[in-house]
Parts: sequence; C-alpha cells; structure tokens
Amino acid sequence: MTDVSAAIPAKTLLKATSEPRWVRYSLISIVLLFLSLFLLLPLSVVLYGAFEAGLKVWWQAVTEPDAVAAIKLTLFVLVIVVPLNAIFGVAIAWAVAKFEFRGKTLLVSIIDMPFAISPVVVGLIFVIFFGSHGWLGPWLQQHDIKIIFAVPGIVIVILFGTLPFVARELIPLMQQQGKDEEEASLTLGASGWKTFWYVTLPNIKWGLIYGVVLCNARAMGEFGAVAVVSGRIRGETNTMPLHIEVLYNEYMFTAAFAVSSLLTGLALVTIVIKSYVEYKDERKHKTA
Amino acid sequence: MATVVSRTVIPGFGLTLGFSVFYLSLLFLLPVAGLLIFTLQMSWADFWRAISHPQVVASYKLSFLASFAGATINAVFGSLTAWVLVRYRFPGKKVVDALVDLPFALPTAVAGIALVTLYSTTGWVGQYLQLWDIRIAYSEIGVIIALTYIGLPFVVRTVQPVLADFEKELEEASASLGASRWTTVRRVIFPALLPALLTGYALAFARALGEYGSVIFISGNLPYRTEITPLLIVAKAEQYDYQGAAAIGVVMLVAAFLLLLLINGLQWWTNKRNGGAA
Repeated sequence: MTDVSAAIPAKTLLKATSEPRWVRYSLISIVLLFLSLFLLLPLSVVLYGAFEAGLKVWWQAVTEPDAVAAIKLTLFVLVIVVPLNAIFGVAIAWAVAKFEFRGKTLLVSIIDMPFAISPVVVGLIFVIFFGSHGWLGPWLQQHDIKIIFAVPGIVIVILFGTLPFVARELIPLMQQQGKDEEEASLTLGASGWKTFWYVTLPNIKWGLIYGVVLCNARAMGEFGAVAVVSGRIRGETNTMPLHIEVLYNEYMFTAAFAVSSLLTGLALVTIVIKSYVEYKDERKHKTA
Repeated sequence: MATVVSRTVIPGFGLTLGFSVFYLSLLFLLPVAGLLIFTLQMSWADFWRAISHPQVVASYKLSFLASFAGATINAVFGSLTAWVLVRYRFPGKKVVDALVDLPFALPTAVAGIALVTLYSTTGWVGQYLQLWDIRIAYSEIGVIIALTYIGLPFVVRTVQPVLADFEKELEEASASLGASRWTTVRRVIFPALLPALLTGYALAFARALGEYGSVIFISGNLPYRTEITPLLIVAKAEQYDYQGAAAIGVVMLVAAFLLLLLINGLQWWTNKRNGGAA
C-alpha cells in the first residue's frame, strides 16, 4: 500500500480520522455521567454514610466486639487462603509455561470454572459435600469435626472462589517470558530452587503481587458462598461482608457503612496497585 | 495422561503439575462431582418438580432478562467508555480508567447496600426519581441497575486493548476512499471490535446470572417478582431443602458451563481476527 497520508494535507487527514469537537465532547460527557452514576455515587454514599456522624461514631462501630470478631475472622481466612492459592498459582503457571504436555488446554480452562460458577452454587456444593445430609457428614459427625456452619467451611469456599486469581495473572506472563533464562541458569549449574528464587521470581514479581492483591480483595469480600456455609453465628462465623449484611438488616446503617468503609479502602488500594503494576509493565515494554 | 513431549533441563514438572492437579481435584472436581451425584439420586419427577416450580421459573425469567438488560447496557456504554478512554484526552483520564475496575474490587455486599441506599425513595438519586413516580429499589429495575454495575468492567476491558491496537492506516484508507467518518466507524472499526465486544458481553452476562450480593439488597426479594435464582438457592438451603437447592444449582451450573464454552469460542474468534496476537 502506498502511503496515502503523504498525498493529503495533515489537517484534512486528522479531520477524516477523528470526530468533530462537539461529538468528542458529548461522548466524553456521556461516559463521565454514566461512570459517575455507577461508580462514583456508590463509592461516595459508602464513605458519606460511614463518616456522616463523625470519626468517633465510626471508630466505635469498627471496634465494637462483633465487628472486631468479624475483622479477625476475615484476616484469619486471608492468612490461610492467600498463600495457598499463591503457591497453587505459581505451581500451575510453572507447569503450563515451562513444559508441553497433553491436556494442557483442558487444565487451563478448568482454572476458569470457579469464575463462571455462581458463588451461591459454590456454597451449596460444599454444604452438600460436608453437611450433615451430605457425603462426608455422618463420618465428620462421628469424629466431632465441624466444617459447615464453622470456620473451616468458610475457609474452603473462599479458597475455591479465589482459586484462579494468581494462576490467571502468572500463566500468560510466564508463557510470554519463555524458559531461556531458566535454562541458562540451570546449564550454568544453579539448582532448580536457586533458579526459581533468583531468576524466575524477580521476573514474575509484579504479576505475582497483583494476583495476590486481587486474590486478597476477593477473599475479603466473598459473600454469596460464605452466606450459604457460615450459618451467621454472631462473633463466631460472621466475616466482614456478612457482618455488614446483619447490621444493615438491623437498620444499623451507620455501623454497616463504617465496616463497609474498611473494605472500600481495601478496594481502592487494590485499584491503585493494579494501576501501578500496569504502569511498570508499560515502561518495561517501552524500554525493552 | 500427561507426558512430557520435548526434553528440557528445567526441573519440577512432576512436582508442579502433580500438585496443581491434586489441588484442583480436591478443591474443585471432587466437590462438583459430589453435587452432580447428589442430584442424580433424585428421581427425574422430583428433579423436574424442583426446577419447574412457578416461583423458580419466575426467578429464571428475572435473572435471565435482567442479566440480558444489564449486559446490553454495558455493551453500549462499555464500548463508548473504551472508545473515549483510548481515543480522547481529558483531565483525570487516568483516574477514570483505574476506577472502571471498582466493581471487581469492591465487595458485592458493600455495593449492594450502597446501591439500595442511593436508589431508595429517600436516597440521593431515588428521591428525585420518585417525583416522576419512578421506583427503582425493590423493583425489577433495581435488579437491572445492580447487574449493570457488576458487569461494567467486562466490556470496557475486552474492547479497550483491541481498540488500542487497531491500525490507524485502515481508517485513513477508508477516509481517503471517500467514506464519511460515520461510515468508517460503522463499517471498518466496529466489525474489528465485534468479537471482543461479544466476549465482554458474554462475560458480563455470565457474571450477572450468578450474582447474589449486590442484588439482594436493592431487589427487596418479592416472591414471583424480584427474586433472582441464586436467592432461591440460598432460601432453600436455609430451609435444609438441599435436594431442591441442588436441582436448581445444577441448572445454574449447566448454564454457566454453556456460557463458558461460548466465551472460549468467542475468544478464539477474537484471537483469530487479530492475527493470533494477544
């Protein structure tokens, strides 16, 4: 194709491949209005509701015993779920990116399944699996192990719901990076673990961080699945989102928004980290 | 089943694949199989009765239509948002771009109470709509609003990269051949975006279909009117009607699986269109 742009004055070309000013401004306005309505307003109403009555009331709401129990339980769940799913993510990404094997496509598409399944169905699956009417129920009862309507059940459904996050960040990243650097390191005599630690890990650092942050945010916010398995025992099996629901249903709106503001803060931090990781990535591509 | 095809010096194949398959089987395949086997123990008549009860059928209709409406709104405004974010410059663009991910990051229960507070008759938005006799909270429109919110990032994030990679030369060629700007957008740019747009549409629809937390507050859960299907599963589980819940759960699983197949197909089409890149 000959260069058409050379034959046409620059201004005409710009006009032909862009929109009139009024179109541009109206489109920007429509989009900003839509996003304000759906993103900015919900965000503002949470923060307004949380701090409307002053910092003191906010502080009382988030330090009240049931709220503290909910925060502690949520953090406890995170400490188990996030490392496990991070290890799984690294392991499966290593297998998929560094090796060729049959059934790889199938394996990768199975990872996506937890995203497609309704959280409520996830909860139900485990109630049936572990519950007193379910498969392991009678055996568990005999040995006096409680999973459903107890903390282990909450951990398991959140583990399931956040399973894909780290894996999905790392698989494309490690596939793109290939295996040349690792092979070089191994050929030069470094051990497998050493190669992973000093060659692979620095390369996947930001993707891993972003995956962990996403997994973290989803784990703290998981609601539908936890609602089915938790039994909502106050101070015992209420995670932060469930505690918010309880407060809201008891018309304690300020307290509900106060606890919500903590999770909202976390959501905003998640978004900032995502933008930062993307910015890093863009710069790397430009310098490379 | 898995065999290494090419030789490599890299270690850890057995360890990483073994652990991944073990983890996935234990956490995912086994429990899902448990649900299916549990449902198979029901007689066909019981299963059919559970999934075809009028209250359940009403919930399918609402879930399906409201998800459809939400995904359609997102297809239109999501494409516009992607267009504006890629093609135009305006102050605060980076912040707006980052905020698009909010529905992914904000817990659904928080979104749920925020939306109902906004759209109730005393809320910031609801009080003005009430003047025109429009009720959003505790109505079907409320369900659509929540499902639009939850699916908002999908279309933007699938269309945005395709639009950013779109070759400007094609537009210039179209313009130099005498096409008006509108014709170029309609006949040159839009067809190139279509696979990505449909992928985003299907993802938003699939997410909306299973959504629970952001909907149940604003919907008010009126039987036969504003009950979504996931809510009925929770209600049945809370009444210890596990068979009824499992039957509806299987219907939702099948729907999710079909949508996933569709999405994979669409993604394959998108990649083919973009010459195998991405």
